[in-house]
Amino acid sequence: MGNVESLAYFVPELVLIVTLILALLATIFGVDRAKWDVIGALALIGTIIAFLCHISLYDKPAVVIFQGMLVHDMFALFFRGFFIFCTAIIVFMTMFSSEIFSLKKGEFYAILLSVTIGMCLVASSHDMVMIYLALELMSLGSYILAGFARKIGKSEEASLKYVLYGGVSTGMMLFGLSLLYGLTGSTGFDGIRESLANATGGIDLAVYVIFILILAGAGYKIAMVPFHFWAPDVYEGAPTPVTAYLSVASKGAGFALLIRLGFSILLQPGESGAWVEVGSINIDWMFTIALLSAITMTIGNLGAIVQVNLKRLLAYSGIAHAGYILMGVSTLTTVGIESVIFYLIIYLFTNLVAFLVVIMMVEAQDDDRITAVRGLWKSAPYSAVFMTIALLSLIGIPPAAGFVGKVYIFYAILQSQMYWLAVIGALNTVISLYYYARIIKAMFFEDAPDVGSFTLKPVYLGLLIVLTIPIIYFGLFWNPLANYAKFCAQLIM
Amino acid sequence: MFENNHLLTWMTFWPLIGAVVILCTPSKAKLFIKQLAFLFTLPSLACGLWMLKDYDPALSYQFVAKVPWIETFNIFYYIGVDGLSVPLLLLTVFLCPICILASWGINDRIKGYFSLFLLLETGMLGVFIALDFFLFYVFWELMLLPMYFLIGVWGGPRREYAAIKFFLYTLFGSVFLFIAMIVLYVNTGSSFDLTTLGPDIAASSFWANAASLKWWLFLAMFVAFAIKIPAFPFHTWLPDAHVEAPTAISVILAGILLKMGTYGLLRISYPILPDMAVKFAIFIAIIAFINIIYGALVAMAQTDLKKLVAYSSISHMGIVMLGMASMTHVGMNGAVLQMFNHGTITAMLFLLVGVVYDRAHHRNIDGFGGLAKNLPAYSGITAVAFFAALGLPSLSGFISEFLVFLGGFMSHILWIRIITIISTSGIVLTAVYMLWTYQRMFLGPLNEKYKDMPDCTLREKCTLIPLAIIVFIVGIFPSLVINWFEPTMGRLVELLSKNF
Repeated sequence: MGNVESLAYFVPELVLIVTLILALLATIFGVDRAKWDVIGALALIGTIIAFLCHISLYDKPAVVIFQGMLVHDMFALFFRGFFIFCTAIIVFMTMFSSEIFSLKKGEFYAILLSVTIGMCLVASSHDMVMIYLALELMSLGSYILAGFARKIGKSEEASLKYVLYGGVSTGMMLFGLSLLYGLTGSTGFDGIRESLANATGGIDLAVYVIFILILAGAGYKIAMVPFHFWAPDVYEGAPTPVTAYLSVASKGAGFALLIRLGFSILLQPGESGAWVEVGSINIDWMFTIALLSAITMTIGNLGAIVQVNLKRLLAYSGIAHAGYILMGVSTLTTVGIESVIFYLIIYLFTNLVAFLVVIMMVEAQDDDRITAVRGLWKSAPYSAVFMTIALLSLIGIPPAAGFVGKVYIFYAILQSQMYWLAVIGALNTVISLYYYARIIKAMFFEDAPDVGSFTLKPVYLGLLIVLTIPIIYFGLFWNPLANYAKFCAQLIM
Repeated sequence: MFENNHLLTWMTFWPLIGAVVILCTPSKAKLFIKQLAFLFTLPSLACGLWMLKDYDPALSYQFVAKVPWIETFNIFYYIGVDGLSVPLLLLTVFLCPICILASWGINDRIKGYFSLFLLLETGMLGVFIALDFFLFYVFWELMLLPMYFLIGVWGGPRREYAAIKFFLYTLFGSVFLFIAMIVLYVNTGSSFDLTTLGPDIAASSFWANAASLKWWLFLAMFVAFAIKIPAFPFHTWLPDAHVEAPTAISVILAGILLKMGTYGLLRISYPILPDMAVKFAIFIAIIAFINIIYGALVAMAQTDLKKLVAYSSISHMGIVMLGMASMTHVGMNGAVLQMFNHGTITAMLFLLVGVVYDRAHHRNIDGFGGLAKNLPAYSGITAVAFFAALGLPSLSGFISEFLVFLGGFMSHILWIRIITIISTSGIVLTAVYMLWTYQRMFLGPLNEKYKDMPDCTLREKCTLIPLAIIVFIVGIFPSLVINWFEPTMGRLVELLSKNF
């Protein structure tokens, strides 16, 4: 499809771009010095409009747009909605956060929006050059966001570590993409798959190496072992709203990248929802990804046990959850993609609630250790209850939605008869209980040494309620969510 | 409102409504909250009795309601009762008001305590009525959290350790149940229906060739249920949890939660995989034997009265498992009756421990002596409970133990008969520690420290005497209770015997 007609499919991103430009202009004219956070409100309105625009696109049929650079399919659309929704929440959090320096808020929103655009492009890419550029757009912005509280040493350190790891990983991925180009002589996904399908054999090793290199880029975004080392430091150092953003949107973008690249290039739909290798390639992708997933969740969970800092703990928990979601990918089935989508939606709400409570703690006490939540049950009972619901969802205990997320993923892997992976995943759930329960224990069983009742902003409480309701609702009535996941698990071929 | 197919739903969710109401009550009205909690357990009891009125033992599932819940995954809100669940439901609705009365002394954060307690009741009742595997699992897990908090916040000195140990052990078992549930779902044409899973598997060609998968499934589910029972070697959470939990929660733990393990085996493992159940019979019998003897021996060595009762539970749950392993009609009847009886007897024992602990603030068996002189009512009720626990004829414990051992001798497997013979020595061991404890606490010279100790109050008597009456009634007219589940067990044994 030509460029001009394609714009109709690109409306959400266009809205974001306009908002971004307006935010920058407003900053130039000094609007960000106003008492009231005008630019934040602008960004919020922009993201909401973009989200509404994305809803209207569900009616349109899947199609390749911008002369083969991007695609419009349900899979991409889901992720675009996911990123924009998450950004809206983060913008809202930032508007009331004292961690982001107030004078620079205009720039902050602009960068946040550009990262979001990058993510949207990653999810809908249909070309190697496009996907790499989109990945870089998203990464560069993320580095700046992580270091935004630049007067704090930890934040600087976080940003630098993020740059270094990010540079190496995306460099490896670029190397992989260049090898792929050398092998197939094409940058478009269709061309690559075609020439891989026509290959007469003997390219298994090359394809395997390419895949592992690509996995480095995606794996670093989702914090997959062994590309996870940045996560704890960056999560700890970055301003908490940014951490929340990285833990949800950035992870989602990593999965979008992995599934988009892997499923578009190396696989094709086979019988009854299973995807098979193209051409004569014969590589056990399932086992490779499953093994990485098992290692990822185990290391994430074991690492979390010894943490004393809440944000670091949530970083390791995020690594563990990357492992759980990878289980869904490893099945290489449509049901697997459904389970990833399903889990990500639940993970969005759950993780944002958890981080919102951390934000409240950081603002009220300037402390992000587990000890900071001691006695929270007495000083702020509602936050304690909401945090408990979020933690239960992370463990996967009904009626919290995290449980049904696990049901879907285990359903996917057991349908593919990966019993060993199911057992490892299940045992990891038990390990995770131990450290999540430490937070619950601190909130309910222990008393704060100085019981000073601190005030929590009512607006945060409102946001907590809004984000917690879906956790319980989807935990009990997940039929619509399951249908939505089924609907969105369609990739263009 | 009281149409029969809504009866179970009301019974289960009344306490949940109560929990919400209590959360909305101002926390200063302490007495009011307690009264409210008590009132909200009564409708469930009424529903239970109403159910008994219309319940026909000869039929299979009754009071059935089946509503689509998650259509995409073929999950139903499917509830109903049969002979296996009726005694346990009645036990639950009967024990809960008693436990609220026993919690009258709680004064710390009572809003949380009573709403969690009512939530726990909903979870327990839900497990016993669920006929959909997914629904069963949701209720099964729903119970964990209130229990964790009730032990962890209101428990004894080592409560945090006990609470997390309980939680970890149970979740460890649950995840295997979870995997088993989904494996069954995936391989039986997407069904969570507990009533049809068994026939489906028996008729399917896939399962006919999947003996090793079935074996692993049975093992996975057995681990989940064994942890709840608790069967050796998964029993170590029990003494900690029981000792640290507040009195009423110990009662619930021992009286109802432990039964969920054996209930799960009889409701899920046995009917769904009957051939594997027969294969595992000898294995279950051996574990039952270890439970009976080892539990009794360890109980004998205890100095803490509550720990002694906790280990006696392990021993008595072994008897339930022995009855199940026998796979005879008599033995199965004995097992279910023992579940019911253990619920009442152990509840009494824990309540009695709570009574003496409230007064003396310790539970050291050797720290008392001659209590019978000043506390006639307390000593009398304790005697009833102890004798029921050691299986004195005319009290309820005797009937169920007798049936279990009788069933064990009739087993079709020689080794189970031999194990039963050795296991009967458990009766003697139980008598030893029970009588010895009674002698140390109540007989002999009066310990001067406790010469002014007051006897049971009216509230305490109200919790103990109804249970004592049940113990007598079941001991003298056991057929009143056995009639509820005798046909159901007959059907189960018939199913099992096809695989002998």
